[in-house]
Order: sequence, then structure tokens, then C-alpha cells
Amino acid sequence: MLTPLHKHLLNDFQRDFPLSSRPYQDIANTLGVSEDDVLSALTELNDNNFISRIGPIIPPNHIGVSTLVAMAVPEQQLQAVADKISAYPEVNHNYEREHTFNLWFVAVASDEGHLQAVLDAIEQETGFKTMSMPLVDDFFIDLGFKLDLHNA
Amino acid sequence: MITLDETDLAIMRVTQAGLPLTPQPYRLIAKQLGLTAEEVMKRMAAMQEQGIIRRIGVVPNHYKLGYRFNGMTVWNVPDEIIDELGQKVGQLEFVSHCYQRPRHLPEWPYNLFAMVHGKSQKDVDKQIQQIADLLGDSNQGCDVLYSTKILKKTGFRSRG
Repeated sequence: MLTPLHKHLLNDFQRDFPLSSRPYQDIANTLGVSEDDVLSALTELNDNNFISRIGPIIPPNHIGVSTLVAMAVPEQQLQAVADKISAYPEVNHNYEREHTFNLWFVAVASDEGHLQAVLDAIEQETGFKTMSMPLVDDFFIDLGFKLDLHNA
Repeated sequence: MITLDETDLAIMRVTQAGLPLTPQPYRLIAKQLGLTAEEVMKRMAAMQEQGIIRRIGVVPNHYKLGYRFNGMTVWNVPDEIIDELGQKVGQLEFVSHCYQRPRHLPEWPYNLFAMVHGKSQKDVDKQIQQIADLLGDSNQGCDVLYSTKILKKTGFRSRG
């Protein structure tokens, strides 16, 4: 069960987390509680996996180059192919999706050449084609995501 | 592209794992990197100003908070007006990412991607209808892909 303090921490501090020597104290002052209250509430949220982390969010393509890749893999081979792909350190966010293109992942590398080499290696190792869809434009103004926590 | 120096990259690497839950988190990070807390904060502020850091904050786990229905909606819209349409879609409060990506014809005609999140299938269906209404005649085809399984999920990786 989430307390009002938990809910405030989840919704009100997705951006503008203080860059100050005592950020949790600053948050506590805003909410009219103690630094200890804030730290223990965040620790509870963290321990229960209600938050992934507190930290900076980076827009795509700002550090290195990345691409979204889709592959169409027969169902019975999907797990084996996914395991091979996940083993690449350049690969993250590997998802199975309900579609002909059923395997989706993001590949990140230091430069274009390295990225292409990774995709080539994946095609060679798995025997399936990669459909690469690098970002053309980002339309999202990221202010965080307003959570409906009424029944949480 | 803005280039970061080794110190910036080291700060990003450490903070991507999460700021420590201790009264002086930047001081602890600084200590690990042989810097001062002031230096860490100054560099993070500079990276935020340059847009390398989009925001600093609490990152909720949507799935755990009841947002179990996450759809990747994909749309085929005319390239000439995709900027205008993309900005409108990106402003919808249930959309968490909105990107233009290249088509791969004939098997992949979609060029606009928007991630939607809801607590029920009904929520998500409504959201998709809202996007369709907003796009109107410019919607020349769409599809929704639900993730059935997370096969690997890791955060930021610096390959610098």
C-alpha cells in the first residue's frame, strides 16, 4: 500500500530532482517532512521495485549511436535466437512482441561502423535478417509520466 | 553530437545505476570518482543544459505500479506532415515515447512510433482510438505490438 508520501515522491520528482548537497533534505522541505522520512520512503519504493532508480534520463542517440531492430523468427527458435542476441553487450531492451516481427531490441555502439558490424554479426550468427530502424526524429518532450495512483 | 570527456562519462556510468539513498549522494559519487561533490553537480548541470541529460528524477517502474498494458503503436503517415503530427501525438499524456523511424517497404510501412501505457486493455484501446482520431485522414495504416516477454532489459551502456 502506498502512502501519500510515496505517491508524492513517485509523481512530483520525476524531473527537477535537486542538484544540491542535500537533495533529499530539499525534497523533505518541499513536502514538509524530514530527510529521514524521504530517505526511508524512497528506500521502501526501491526495495519493493516501485522505482527503477533515481537518476539522470538520457535521450536516445546522445551517447554513441543506436538503432531499434526487429527480426522475424519462427516461434520455436525464438528463445534460442534471443539468447544469442542478448549475449551481445551492445544489445539492450530485447523484447518479444506479438507480430510477424516478433523480436525487438535496441543496439547501441560507439559509432556507425561498430553498430553495423554488430548487426552483421547477429545476422550471420542467427541466420535471420535484421530490420534496422534508427531514430529519424524525436517528438517527445519528456516531462515524466503522470501516474494514476488512486488505487495503488 | 556533443562530446563528453572521460569524467563526464564516468559520472553518467555511475549515476545511471541510480543515485545512492544517502543524505549526500553526490558526495558519495564524487568520492568513488576522485572528484568533489561540487564538480559532479556542476558537470551534471552542464550536461542537462546541453540536453545530454533530459531530466534528473525518480524513475517509476510503471509495470509494478499497475501499468501492465504497454503497446508500441506504429502508424503510416505522410512524411511531409510527420513533424506536425508527431509533435501532437508526443504531447498526449499517455504517450511515453514518440519517434519517427524509417519505413522498410513492403513489409514495414510505418514511420511514426508511439508507446502507450495503460492499466487495462480497455484503457489502451481508448488511447489508440484517441491517436487515430487525432491523425484523422493522415492515418494511412497502423498496427499495435504488445510485448509478451522481456528477454533482456538493461539501462544505459557507455561504449565510449
